[in-house]
Amino acid sequence: MEFNIIKFIVDPIDGFIRNLLGFSPLLGDLVTMGLAAVVICTLAALSFMALTYAERKIVARIQDRIGPNQAGPFGLLVPLADGIKMFTKEDTTPRAADRGVFNAAPLIIATFALAGFAVLPFSPGIVGTALNVGVLYTIAIGSGSIIAIIMAGWGSNNKYALLGAFRTVAQLVGYEVPMILNLLPIVALTGSMSLMDVVYRQTLANGNPGIPFIVYFPFCALVYLISGIAETGRSPFDLLEAESEIVAGFHTEYSGMKFALFFLGEYVNALAVAILFVTIFLGGFAGPVLPPVVWLLIKCALVFSLFIWLRGTLPRVRVDQMHDLNWKFLVPLSIVNLVIMLLIGKIFVATEATQQATGGIVVGYYGQAAIFAISNLVVLFGGLALAARAGRVRRLADEKIMAARAEQNQLAASRAIAVGK
Amino acid sequence: MLVTAGLLMGVTLLAASLLRPKKPSATKADTYECGIETVGDTWVQFRVQYYIFALVFVLFSVEAVLLFPIAVAYNALPLYSVLIAVLFIIILLEAIVFAWRKGVLEWN
Repeated sequence: MEFNIIKFIVDPIDGFIRNLLGFSPLLGDLVTMGLAAVVICTLAALSFMALTYAERKIVARIQDRIGPNQAGPFGLLVPLADGIKMFTKEDTTPRAADRGVFNAAPLIIATFALAGFAVLPFSPGIVGTALNVGVLYTIAIGSGSIIAIIMAGWGSNNKYALLGAFRTVAQLVGYEVPMILNLLPIVALTGSMSLMDVVYRQTLANGNPGIPFIVYFPFCALVYLISGIAETGRSPFDLLEAESEIVAGFHTEYSGMKFALFFLGEYVNALAVAILFVTIFLGGFAGPVLPPVVWLLIKCALVFSLFIWLRGTLPRVRVDQMHDLNWKFLVPLSIVNLVIMLLIGKIFVATEATQQATGGIVVGYYGQAAIFAISNLVVLFGGLALAARAGRVRRLADEKIMAARAEQNQLAASRAIAVGK
Repeated sequence: MLVTAGLLMGVTLLAASLLRPKKPSATKADTYECGIETVGDTWVQFRVQYYIFALVFVLFSVEAVLLFPIAVAYNALPLYSVLIAVLFIIILLEAIVFAWRKGVLEWN
């Protein structure tokens, strides 16, 4: 590939450390990995600061106001001010709280949020840990922070925190299912769960056509995006933090640094979802002229701006609407889509070699991509049409009931007037 | 990576605990209830709906874990094997349709 700036910086440092610790390769490995982990954590925390600022400014502009502009020029020191505030606020722990669980929960959430960055490929050959089960690791880490939410709600010894924790977990656990089901066609087509391989399949290397997976599977991309937004608890799925509803949900009793860690966990999770979406569906770090990491940053910034845009624009969903959407629309459609994709992938193959190995009709890479895309869109629009029809049936039934009730009221009113006269 | 992230976050918490004021008082240590005195026990009744959603999630989670090997080996599988996998998936589709028709997926 072209000039890889990160490899240019990392390779000499790696070589230096291994030379220094040549007497023990294990120690060399540990130190290099530890250093990489510290760098990734620091970068994630720094982007968390930048993202909070960006979000506040952009949401403010969408709402026709300016946003923070007092702390520093254009409000650029707002993240710093926020950080100082978080460090110096008092940590009121309720006397009835369960100490161990209460204190451990924010630590676990922040740790798992940051640990998800270990398998994201930032450049060709640059990844925290070259796991060949990267996709599975990501899903597992996502489930890890869910247990910490229950810990937070339970340990607070507060009715509302507990209720908030239950509802949060019901939402997060529900939206894991369409996420996993929609990653399966991608893994099938790539032939490996490693995220680096997923990116290479979308780039012009090893004879691959360089078509990003969003062109192959637009339905999968859309449902993955929706599930990802619901997983992180952002708007429009942020009924967990709706102040009017349940105070502040599972983090009611937290203040100071522990609350800051919850906050950090949420934003870092959102960033991880954005980078995952870019890696799996938009081609990761692939791009023509600029260094790969710059492409990754550009694409990730675009996707995160989409998240912020959705937050500023869409109203919040109700809790039963949210569950209906998941279990009655996304999951059945995802299963149907998975079945269709698996069958099509075997019937229409891309290369002669594949046809000789396992049979099928050869249509070439672009033909296969087109067939996948068209069938995905058919599933999407068919599902939407079914949902629209079900909605219209329900609406007509409702209208009929309302009309009947209005007529009864009219009748009763005219009777009352007649009697009164 | 987990260890390093945990250590970093632990150090942050430690630093914060050194920097913040410590003035506990009886009112501050009370459990929060929108500004009034707390009423009743803390442990609310656990609605069975949460359990049902968790159960359905476990079902699909196990299905996904069993489908990952098929996905990874997909390029080398003949159509026959994929048809068997599709049969497996259709049985699970039947499961969720059954749950739907029984009215179990309602949030009340």
